[in-house]
Amino acid sequence: MIEESIVYSYRPLLAILCPATAAILILLSSKRSNVRESWTIIAGILQFSLVASMVPIILERKVIECTFFQTMFEGIAFGFKVDAFGLIFALTASFLWILVSFYSIGYMRSLKEHAQTRYYFCFAIAIFGAIGIALSANLLTLFIFYEILTVSTYPLVIHDQSPEALSAGRKYFAYLLTSGVFFLFAVMMTYYLTGTTDFTNGGILKEGFDAGSVSSVTLAILFFCFLLGFLKAAWMPFHSWLPTAMIAPTPVSALLHAVAVVKAGVFGIVRIVCYIYGVDLMGKVYLVGEHLDLGLALACIAGFTMIVANLFAIAQDNLKRRLAYSTINQLSYILLGAGLLTTEGIRGAMIHIPFHGFMKITLFLCAGAIMVATGKKNISEMSGVGKTMPVTMLAFTITAFGMCGIPPACGFISKWFLCQGALQAEEIAFLFILLIASFLDVVYFFPIIHTAFFKKPEGVGEEIKEAPLFMLVPLSITAIFSVIFFLDFILRLDIISMYFYKLVELAVGNVIP
Amino acid sequence: MLIVTEHFPVLVIVISMLSAFTILIAGRWNKKTCLPISIATISVQLFMALFILNQVITRGTIHYRLGGWAPPWGIEYVIDAFNAYVLVIVLFICLLTAIYAKRSIEREQPHRIVPFYVVFQLLITGLCGITVTGDIFNLYVFLEIASLAAYALIAVAGRRALKASYNYVIMGSIGACFYLLGAGFLYAVTGSLNMADLSHLLPPLYENKVVQAAFVFFVVGMSIKMALFPLHIWQPDAYTYAPSAVTVIIAAAMSKVSIYAFIRVFFSVFTTEFIRIYVPIATAISWIAAIAIIVGSIIAIMQSNLKRMLAYSSVAQVGYIVLGVGLYSTQWGLYGALMHILNHALTKGCLFLVAGAIIYRYGLWNIHDFVGLGKKMPYTCAAFTIAALSMIGVPPSVGFITKLCLLAASLEAVEYAFVAVILASTLLNLVYFWRVIERMYFVKGEGEEEKEIRKDEAPMSMVLPALILGSLCIIVGILWLAGTETPLLPVVDHAVNALLGTGVVAAP
Repeated sequence: MIEESIVYSYRPLLAILCPATAAILILLSSKRSNVRESWTIIAGILQFSLVASMVPIILERKVIECTFFQTMFEGIAFGFKVDAFGLIFALTASFLWILVSFYSIGYMRSLKEHAQTRYYFCFAIAIFGAIGIALSANLLTLFIFYEILTVSTYPLVIHDQSPEALSAGRKYFAYLLTSGVFFLFAVMMTYYLTGTTDFTNGGILKEGFDAGSVSSVTLAILFFCFLLGFLKAAWMPFHSWLPTAMIAPTPVSALLHAVAVVKAGVFGIVRIVCYIYGVDLMGKVYLVGEHLDLGLALACIAGFTMIVANLFAIAQDNLKRRLAYSTINQLSYILLGAGLLTTEGIRGAMIHIPFHGFMKITLFLCAGAIMVATGKKNISEMSGVGKTMPVTMLAFTITAFGMCGIPPACGFISKWFLCQGALQAEEIAFLFILLIASFLDVVYFFPIIHTAFFKKPEGVGEEIKEAPLFMLVPLSITAIFSVIFFLDFILRLDIISMYFYKLVELAVGNVIP
Repeated sequence: MLIVTEHFPVLVIVISMLSAFTILIAGRWNKKTCLPISIATISVQLFMALFILNQVITRGTIHYRLGGWAPPWGIEYVIDAFNAYVLVIVLFICLLTAIYAKRSIEREQPHRIVPFYVVFQLLITGLCGITVTGDIFNLYVFLEIASLAAYALIAVAGRRALKASYNYVIMGSIGACFYLLGAGFLYAVTGSLNMADLSHLLPPLYENKVVQAAFVFFVVGMSIKMALFPLHIWQPDAYTYAPSAVTVIIAAAMSKVSIYAFIRVFFSVFTTEFIRIYVPIATAISWIAAIAIIVGSIIAIMQSNLKRMLAYSSVAQVGYIVLGVGLYSTQWGLYGALMHILNHALTKGCLFLVAGAIIYRYGLWNIHDFVGLGKKMPYTCAAFTIAALSMIGVPPSVGFITKLCLLAASLEAVEYAFVAVILASTLLNLVYFWRVIERMYFVKGEGEEEKEIRKDEAPMSMVLPALILGSLCIIVGILWLAGTETPLLPVVDHAVNALLGTGVVAAP
């Protein structure tokens, strides 16, 4: 284990205060829409700079800590600890928030949506929760932000306020708050077993297990409580809240249900695997006899989800729903990587968090752009969209390629690592699952591209009619970034995005010495 | 020179009683004087309570001999951290209720303003008396003062409230009788009524059947008073039909005081040793509490009247506190119980204030009619939402803290059934509160198309108390969580140590 030196700094606190302050200012300036939206943008930029300013410190192999107070439970502090892994998630979420804020302005104004103040308010609170999760120092802090994230996204999901939206909201709550209950139990149980809940390189439960005070049955049950607790990762068969939540406005689906919320789920599971259980212990606790260890169990759930979600995706005609199933599938890539318990697997899992975020958000933003420009939601209606909206569809195509693991988007890289991880773990079955899942990705993404570019449109209109610039620019940026990540890695360009690789390198080094 | 502060323990009761008579006289002359007198009195009482609390924390338990008579012959007022803590909570709630009651009573009972404030002050007298006294018979006397005042206040609303009040009279009197029998039995055996004295005299007599019977009488009697399932049947009607302000004070303050008396008898008259060995009742009451939590929540789900729903929710919440008491042998059990006394007073107080405000402004009590209320009464509904989230136990609200403590206690006691109950109740709470919130904010009204809904709030004097309690739900939650770094947890620390007889309560 590499010794880490600790730096005390208020930066994590300031970073999460940005969206919190913005939320209040948004409420106060609800009558003036320009002022209200500029708060969002200012907070986003400020937050991203604060998060980014922590990168150099972390890269010097230091850890930033910021403790507010010891809680009433001895051994649990309420505070933040920024390590490489947390920073990856925080960087992704805070950067994409800026872009999505611009996009939201275009989207909400074009569609003349109601209750915009509530929308921006809840969005800011949701980001507050997401960044809090990323920077949390222990499980209890993480739980608090996790619940804040759940509650704050509810009004966004039911934004439409139609009966369908309300019932979708009920489903959303039923799933996620129930999962919160399991999570809370797991947190308290961990505390009861170990007397701490801090995220520690190498895990905290190991000592108890080695000393024999914690049985492997307890650990197995606890692990499944954690898995149920992180239902935001949408693993099957508990995934159905995610497609249902797609009734939300597109920017919400884009940032929250492709990046912040679902990533909070997988982020949590990776935290559990690497920092609470520890990779060693995951491989030592067996569910059945001497075969099925916890890592393998997680990988099996992930593998199952990957294949089945893709099969579901093929059947969807609504573009956003198809993307939702694609998200379920891609999230399980991350879980699979973590479950493999190998260096390459975990590297793939960690790098897939930002990469999938950038790619999937582009896809969702494209879907929203198509909806605003043409009013079309279903894939079957989209014939010829490629001609009228060339930029949008180009971005869509590139990132769809990335999803399938085809260059020139960064999806290729994470999948490459994951495949290597499977080989390293000597689990050839998972290699095949990865390849089959990628093939299925092709099966459902290519028809969209085909319909958009090669099918004759039904109407006559051939002139270019793109979405407003507020929407077009953000989605172009995310698409360009997903290409940059790829080139950066292949050509060793060593530009800004290389930080992601360095951070992942550091995180993996900490987890598996 | 007479040092006034020394006499605060008795003054806190006396000025309240005097103010009741003052209001009666002044009210005959001018009705408008009632409220200022009442508020001034409660403010002074609250100040005294805070002073007492501070003194207890810094200098240890206060013993005040009434009339200078030494115990066990004279009546002694004993105030440790637990009394002082409850006293502050009760008076704080009373103060907010008094402010709130102004408009509420003017609307609901315009002809009975003077009697209302008189009885209201008597109720507060009773509540304070129960809290400060160190004598079990004196406690009974104040219990009756408070109960009689409460019967009268509920009955003020007339019609269905009369029946509710009558039910309460019957049940409450049975409860009081049980308590009195318990006190009588103990007196017969020991010849003493002083709590501290009893706790010294009783241990050799623990095997005595009369003592054990007395204990059971106490438990049953207080269970009725605090509406512990299944002895809660008087409570939903009483909460539902009483005037709004009265509901608040009964639900948030009076039930807390009953619980205080229950815990006091449990641990200060008897001891943990008695409960552990001679009448092993802890497991039984934990199970009763667990059933109360589940059943109360399930019945709450079935209600369409907001106040009645909140009443059943209270049945469940009392269960939380009693569960904590039942798990007293764990590190966090009693903490959870004592913390929830404050937590529940804040949340339920806020919810009932809101329910009253909605009735005041729109006359609505059926949850199905709440559509669009979020726009009409934004502040009121915001307070409701925060309190509801706290009930559900969303961090960092107070409800979350209670849940944490009780979970920790149940895990330590290796009672996974209670763990499941606590967690399941979260979801049940979610179901019945979310129905309301959904209607307030998100359900679209039938027929009315995006018509500008006019904002029409309840008067400031009603909204402000609700908002204060609502924001305290969050602030206090954070203060609890911050543990020993804030002044709140040490108070409970002292209280728990005093009750369990562990640790040293700050030396005098």
